[in-house]
Amino acid sequence: MATFIDRRLDGKNKSAVNRQRFIRRFKGQIKKAVAEAMNGRSITDIDNGEKINIPARDLSEPVFGHGPGGHREAIHPGNKEFTAGDRVARPPGGSGAGGGGQASNSGEGEDDFVFELSRDEFLELFFEDLELPHLVRTQLAKTTEFKSVRAGFTSAGNPANIDVVRSMRGALARRMAMAAPYSRRLRKAEEELQRLLDTSPVDEMRVQELFEEVEHLRARVRAVPFIDTFDLRYVNRVKQPQPTTQAVMFCIMDVSGSMDRARKDLAKRFFTLLYLFLKRNYEKIEVVFIRHHTVAKEVDEQEFFYSRETGGTVVSSALQLSADIMRERYPVSSWNLYVAQASDGDNWHHDSPACRDLLMQRIMPYVRYYAYIEITPDRHQSLWEAYEDVKAQHRHFAMRQIDGPADIYPVFRDLFKRRVS
Amino acid sequence: MSSSRLIADSSEWTFSMLERYNEVIGQIASNDFGLDTYPNQIEIITAEQMMDAYSSVGMPLGYKHWSYGKQFVLTEKNYRRGQMGLAYEIVINSDPCIAYLMEENTAMMQALVIAHAAYGHNSFFKGNYLFRTWTSADAIIDYLLFARNYVAECEERHGVEAVEVFLDSCHALMNYGVDRYKHPAPLSLHEEKQRQHDREEYLQSQVNDLWRTIPTKPAETVTETERRYPAEPQENLLYFIEKNAPLLEPWQRELVRIVRKIAQYFYPQRQTQVMNEGWATFWHYTLMNRLYDEGYANDGFMMEFLQSHTSVVHQLSFDHPYYAGINPYALGFGMMSDIQRICQAPANEDRYWFPDIAGQDWLKVLDFAMRNFKDESFIAQFLSPKLMRDLKLFAVLDDDTQDELEITAIHDEAGYRRLRLALADQYNLGSREPNIQVWNVAHRQDRSLTLRHTRYHRRPLHPETTDEVLKHLYRLWGFTVRLEAVDEDGRVSLVGECPANRERL
Repeated sequence: MATFIDRRLDGKNKSAVNRQRFIRRFKGQIKKAVAEAMNGRSITDIDNGEKINIPARDLSEPVFGHGPGGHREAIHPGNKEFTAGDRVARPPGGSGAGGGGQASNSGEGEDDFVFELSRDEFLELFFEDLELPHLVRTQLAKTTEFKSVRAGFTSAGNPANIDVVRSMRGALARRMAMAAPYSRRLRKAEEELQRLLDTSPVDEMRVQELFEEVEHLRARVRAVPFIDTFDLRYVNRVKQPQPTTQAVMFCIMDVSGSMDRARKDLAKRFFTLLYLFLKRNYEKIEVVFIRHHTVAKEVDEQEFFYSRETGGTVVSSALQLSADIMRERYPVSSWNLYVAQASDGDNWHHDSPACRDLLMQRIMPYVRYYAYIEITPDRHQSLWEAYEDVKAQHRHFAMRQIDGPADIYPVFRDLFKRRVS
Repeated sequence: MSSSRLIADSSEWTFSMLERYNEVIGQIASNDFGLDTYPNQIEIITAEQMMDAYSSVGMPLGYKHWSYGKQFVLTEKNYRRGQMGLAYEIVINSDPCIAYLMEENTAMMQALVIAHAAYGHNSFFKGNYLFRTWTSADAIIDYLLFARNYVAECEERHGVEAVEVFLDSCHALMNYGVDRYKHPAPLSLHEEKQRQHDREEYLQSQVNDLWRTIPTKPAETVTETERRYPAEPQENLLYFIEKNAPLLEPWQRELVRIVRKIAQYFYPQRQTQVMNEGWATFWHYTLMNRLYDEGYANDGFMMEFLQSHTSVVHQLSFDHPYYAGINPYALGFGMMSDIQRICQAPANEDRYWFPDIAGQDWLKVLDFAMRNFKDESFIAQFLSPKLMRDLKLFAVLDDDTQDELEITAIHDEAGYRRLRLALADQYNLGSREPNIQVWNVAHRQDRSLTLRHTRYHRRPLHPETTDEVLKHLYRLWGFTVRLEAVDEDGRVSLVGECPANRERL
């Protein structure tokens, strides 16, 4: 009296809801971990999962229980040398023989609770502060798309992909080839038989012989199978990544003394967001990091974000360097150029007109998009005014003064809007 | 003869093979050994699904809650790292009895699991008096479904946050949502639904009555304040809250009730761990051997089985680095087999200790033991000197007034009775969990709720968790909550109070 049910094909993610609940509940802690992970990561490595640590104490579910102390008698197996009345020293930490069953209850409190966030969950939390519109979020979170394209035929595959015409053609050719020797002899035998029957004294013996041979040959021809498994041809499909182009992203940041840790973190998010956007749209992306104070320098990411410099600010030096690199290494014919610039708005004020001219003449005509953020609560200085002139003339120039992570996205709004719609 | 009966000699299982095993095992179980079982529903699941089942404490459909998610994340992590194997089966106390088998198991393991779960546990669920009294196997699936839908409905109406926080508080008191002595009404989905509405209204009116603010005559007030409410201490805290908490909304009372009912459903399982596992292990051992004896299984099958069986019933000794207390499988299997031995081949010692069962029909004695005991009484009744010697049990007394531990009894003539009593006490939920009851409600004053913890062997409460649980209790009650401890001399002291900073009246 039993029913067997095969549940293996049922959904396996019954607990997914509860997992989501869990993440939501500990969002505070998890977000802290995500923010820390952000700092530790390169911006090109942003969309992976992440291991998250939560102090175990934060997620305990308390119940009434006995604490240590009092009078308890515990039974243990495996006595070797004890006899009744023996006295032994209390083992340290209350575990082992003395603590008995209670030891395992109280011992669990200290370890951290570690678990892995999936890539999607990580990005979800990462995007949260940025207040991205939902559509954009899903766009960014999507992985590379593949297009299934036909690539000839194979002799193995699944039945839905059988190419009937090819298969039948193959079968026909095989039938002809396999039956050929018999057909030829058959044709001859039939001709001879006809001739014998036409002549008046019929050679009975020979006719009988020929009859038998004709029968035999016909049977052989019939025995060639109409279609055989190796006639089958299947349409072959391969997955090809969507045709993509390449892009280069210039990150320009002011590293003079006034850019502090918090501002650099904001800038990092700004660059990361642009990177994620590009990654979604281009197969190959290169990132060029240019930092500047009074002189500009191309550096690696580590140095870009984490080295400290002091001194004044000459923005045009960075623009000059970018323009040079563009001309030398990234011809517009084969690269899509994007520039993201972060600064606190300080500039040597005689330099600002030079910046405007550089942008107008050597940069804006070649780049797809130029985003500038000014991380400052103060009022604008000469650089902002110079950039406003640029903005007036170029639609693909975006600038914004920001104060916190929520302000970052609007800088890109036009960029995303164009792609999304 | 044997080769024709052999069911399979491959370690890959197929459905037809499982059906054949089940048929043969079922016949042997009922015809030869008279096991009485619910019909079986055997479900094959994948490892991922097993993890799902794990994290919802084996309930086939639980309501949604973050703590199950946490459990799932933990299980998944440990499994992925290879730190733990998954159980081979999970079995649900329901009618029909649902057993989950993992697809990764070998053919032998599937046969073993069928014997263990679908006939061992199943007959225990059907026969043991605790399960018969406290759970309604035929209604539990319906009730869980009702609970799940009700919780979802509440979430929709009152917000996920509110429901979740409230359930947290209920979970903290889940172990105190059980009637230990009073018989509960059987569950029925239909009646539950019908009564739910009436109950909400009725309860609310009752509560209001308790907190009635109509002025009373001064003369009466004096007597009223002296009388405690409740008149007798109440052990079922959740029940008390459901019926008496002044500020709860009807839906909140219903949630308390759901948590309470589920706690009640699991209560017998917590009381019969040794017996239940021992019984199931004894039967899979007996049934597998019978399969082999009658030629349904070959030598290879048997070797694999014995290898797996011995590792299940292995008891590590106390000084082993991985020792984690007494293995319930080892103790339970040892006791069940020992009862069989005492019936079949009693030694003189056994005749002295167990005059009633020595030499009796072992099937009847085992059946009696399975039906009428729980861990505590089972051990107190049937643990034999021989088994104590085999396991080399000894008792350690840990008294905080002494500097050293004392070995109070070992497996010798002088120690058998003390060992047996102490071991039985170790499985007594009443002494394992702190005894906390509702003592008084100051319903004429500040509506504060006072609980009393009656100390057992001077054991204090765990200081950290106690405060946390009081906070949860405060959330449910809505007014000041106090916890007092009563020591063995009857002295009362305040242990905790929530909110803590208020002056005591």
